[in-house]
Amino acid sequence: MTLYEFLLEPLTYSFMVRALAATLVAAVVCAVLSCWLVLIGWSLMGDAVSHAVLPGVVLAYILGVPFALGAVVFGVLAVALIGVVRDTSRIKEDAAIGIVFTTLFALGLVLISVTPSQTDLNHIIFGSLLGVDRADLIQIAALGAVTLALLILKRRDFTLYAFDPTHVQAIGLSPRLLGAALLGLLAFTCVVALQVAGVILVVAMLVIPGATAYLLTDRFQRMLLIAPAFSAAAAVTGLYLSYYLDTASGGMIVLVQGAAFALVYLFAPRHGLIGHRITRRRHLQAHTREAPSITELEAYHR
Amino acid sequence: MTAPAIHVDQATVRYGDVVALDRVTLSLAAGRVCGLVGMNGSGKSTLFKTIMGALKPDSGTVRVNGGPPVRARKSGAIGYVPQSEDVDWAFPLSVRDVVMTGRYGHLGFTRRPRRADHEAVDHALERVQLTGLADRQIGRLSGGQRKRAFVARGIAQGAGILLLDEPFAGVDKGSEATITRLLRELAGDGAAVLVSTHDLHALPSLADEAVLLMRTVLVHGSPDEVLRPDNLARAFGLDVLRREEPV
Repeated sequence: MTLYEFLLEPLTYSFMVRALAATLVAAVVCAVLSCWLVLIGWSLMGDAVSHAVLPGVVLAYILGVPFALGAVVFGVLAVALIGVVRDTSRIKEDAAIGIVFTTLFALGLVLISVTPSQTDLNHIIFGSLLGVDRADLIQIAALGAVTLALLILKRRDFTLYAFDPTHVQAIGLSPRLLGAALLGLLAFTCVVALQVAGVILVVAMLVIPGATAYLLTDRFQRMLLIAPAFSAAAAVTGLYLSYYLDTASGGMIVLVQGAAFALVYLFAPRHGLIGHRITRRRHLQAHTREAPSITELEAYHR
Repeated sequence: MTAPAIHVDQATVRYGDVVALDRVTLSLAAGRVCGLVGMNGSGKSTLFKTIMGALKPDSGTVRVNGGPPVRARKSGAIGYVPQSEDVDWAFPLSVRDVVMTGRYGHLGFTRRPRRADHEAVDHALERVQLTGLADRQIGRLSGGQRKRAFVARGIAQGAGILLLDEPFAGVDKGSEATITRLLRELAGDGAAVLVSTHDLHALPSLADEAVLLMRTVLVHGSPDEVLRPDNLARAFGLDVLRREEPV
């Protein structure tokens, strides 16, 4: 089998074409958002919101309204509840997150169990990439495009918010509003990625690409290019592997992303484990070899 | 008579049961450098946040340039140089990127910089002598250079009021002198500069006036007056000074 055949064969099935398109959209949107999440320190928040949207999506299904609406309502509700528990009791934030998102996730599971058409909804939990139909794909593409456009248009504000919220305040903008907007877009992104990776694995796509890009560059603008490129490549690789190895597609995509992160973690030029050791050693050698300068000698003898 | 750049009147700020600022009254005119001296926990950072509007006083008022702080913030009048601990120095931004964020209040929806903004940034970098390091990641600067980068942000912003929280902490003497000179120049151009500092020796060369803060304003006067042993004893506790006096 030639490489050409290897790449084209799966695409003779229309469900694979739709799966590939959905994967690319979700991978890119998640990756762009992940750049801010890892820098703000909101990885756990990504985990929380992606689980907490489940009851929202189920209710939206029952009521026949767009999934995105239900997801945003429950995403915001989760963040608000986490804030309330953290600020009005002695419970720390990580515990508040753990309590709120698991409870909402459990609510989603219970709602699914009492909703007649169970098969559709169980796919949300683990993803059902190969079951993406035309209508799903249109929703994923439309919501993905809106989310991506907002993230890109307001990227400078979000970056400033991540870096220095006090300055945001000092120049008369609202850090609260920017934070809320970013969380709302996080809820949108979760809906985009639900069918691709499933509620449980979405967080991987929301963290790994940004974290990987952060190890590869010192420029945020470049992170915004590296993360989606990395994410898309890993996702497509994962999808093909799952096709030929006959394994779970969502799981395979995340596995490839995780493996690629491990390589970058070890071998990234400056911030990788090995690269970091080498630069540090060179640095030390350069300093021990350096002869004292004339002025230093003069100062010493004076 | 023009209104003072900063006017805090009887401001009280509480965190729950803790009173962080107790009826603080403070005025600072344009063209002056004011040193803010006090122990850790004396309310210096709280005072900065109150002036910026990040904290609302429970009672009392804050006026900036004669108007409400919101208006001053929106017009870009307030520049802020954060404490080192409050900055993520590994953040993937260059010096130029950080200075450009000073322009954001003047920019449109997407904050896309125009030519005038690039020029303002170049000028600000030149002013603090960081032109050659403009494309470095911010964490790859020395302590003093990091501070100057944030001062440059305030200059690019066109801020007439500069608030600096402990700019000399972790900075060597040479850089401290450079920053001091820079702040004196900016005040000479008409800026009002409020600086919190632990370096009491350098206070007279830095500041025109000084404030001794201990949740409330103990003394507001010339640096020499603030540095009088009896005044310092009130702010930093009597025991320290008694031990140093000959028995």
